Amino acid sequence: MKLECRHLTKNFGEGEKETRIISDVSFEIKEGEFLCILGPSGCGKTTLLRIIAGLMEPTFGEVIFSGNKNSGPINSMVFQEHGVFPWMNVIDNVAFGLEMQGVPRKERYTQSLDFLKRVGLSKYAFRNPHELSVGMRQRIAIARAFVTNPAILLMDEPFGSLDAQTRLILQEELLKIWSEHKKTVIFVTHDIDEAILLGDRLLVMTSVPGRIKEIIAIGIDRPRDSRMESTPEFINMRLRIWNSIRSEVEKAMQEDTGDAEN
Amino acid sequence: MTLRTDRVYPLVLPLLSLMGLLLLWELCGRLGLLNPLFFPVPSLILLRFIAMLADGEIQANLTITLFRLFTGFLLGTIPGILIGLLMGASEKIRLLLDPIVAATYPIPKLAIFPLLMIIFGIGEFSKIMAIAIGCFFIVLINAMAGVKNINKVYFDVAKNYGASKGQLFTRVILPASLPMIFTGIRLALGMSLIVVVGVEFVSANYGIGAIIWNGWETFEIEKLYVGIFLCAILGILFTVVLKRVEMRITPWFGHLAYRDQE
Repeated sequence: MKLECRHLTKNFGEGEKETRIISDVSFEIKEGEFLCILGPSGCGKTTLLRIIAGLMEPTFGEVIFSGNKNSGPINSMVFQEHGVFPWMNVIDNVAFGLEMQGVPRKERYTQSLDFLKRVGLSKYAFRNPHELSVGMRQRIAIARAFVTNPAILLMDEPFGSLDAQTRLILQEELLKIWSEHKKTVIFVTHDIDEAILLGDRLLVMTSVPGRIKEIIAIGIDRPRDSRMESTPEFINMRLRIWNSIRSEVEKAMQEDTGDAEN
Repeated sequence: MTLRTDRVYPLVLPLLSLMGLLLLWELCGRLGLLNPLFFPVPSLILLRFIAMLADGEIQANLTITLFRLFTGFLLGTIPGILIGLLMGASEKIRLLLDPIVAATYPIPKLAIFPLLMIIFGIGEFSKIMAIAIGCFFIVLINAMAGVKNINKVYFDVAKNYGASKGQLFTRVILPASLPMIFTGIRLALGMSLIVVVGVEFVSANYGIGAIIWNGWETFEIEKLYVGIFLCAILGILFTVVLKRVEMRITPWFGHLAYRDQE
């Protein structure tokens, strides 16, 4: 499925306190493409993703989905704070989206178990999430999103709270699952290496109000894995992106200190 | 080996301190350090307890007290939980009912007991209603707070996966607020013990409250203590049983891995 964002703008607050979080964001994403969105903290990345997910209305602009619709929902989102329900066991969490679609229990367990195998958690299927680590819970959230077979997968810094090693492993796992399913993915991150490793294209956002600064094609051959991080083309790309985003990060930091002084 | 001591200590140590206190009391009494008019020694109280048990006085009074307590408790908590959940989930219902709750909640429940006797007569129903009203507000306020404190990400997940209003309620709102509902239930059980004894002081021929009151009126100090000890034992039993149930139903609550999220 193809997705087009046209002039997305979002204001928060009312009257004098009204502030613009994202401003005039327009872009297209092709079927099967992995798009990363990179920007300084507080630039409205999450807001943009929430608008695309339909969890929030834009102040102006529109989101247009077009093309082939498959059996699943239009989008499934993996949240920053994974949002795995502690009151359900692992498999019921993974099957939650299917349950909401009315898939019978046996069927949704079969499908969920299949995805649990893929993220290496099948033997924890009937355990409770609080018995597992944060990394494992984030894998549950990813399996939950994939298993509904959405046309577009939205991921909001899903690995942000993980330690570096776990993050590397999950990034590679995600790449593997993605290459098997060729889903359209929008992946929000503030980690340059993560964006290069995962993305086909990279959308760089300015500091708040977030606008599109530029869209960079990563152009590194797939399949990719973390060992590529020391290759010249990876390092060049990292520099290229850092040069693009550096001024935005500095601006964001100045705004922060400015606020602190007020 | 360590496992054994780990399991034995939590059982033995609290008992040890209780036994020690009773022993000290007995000793001081025997040595004439305590006025037996106010502080009869525990062994005498125990003898009285056994005598009252033998002639069935304890059983008869305990039965009627427990009947009042649990009938009132159920009559108050069930609607309290339901209305509390609704008030937490719906802003409109909250705005509608909050003023009534805020105005009536602070009234001490014993203060309206005479009014209840006028309305419902001096039989069982007025006593049960006093307990029910006491429980109602406590569980209502806790259930409402339980819903309002639910992490927003759980609502996002439910919405993103297309949960209907009914599914949102049964799969997210109700289980997510269970820990707070339990807090309400625990407080309500304590409250029902207070209220049942209070109303039995005033208008009952039977019941634990009546035992204590009777002990005061006839100056049978041991009998009075038997009543007080019965209250203490009931209080401890309620706490222990509820803790067990709570651990069963909400095993994730207070768990380190989820504490930062709730």
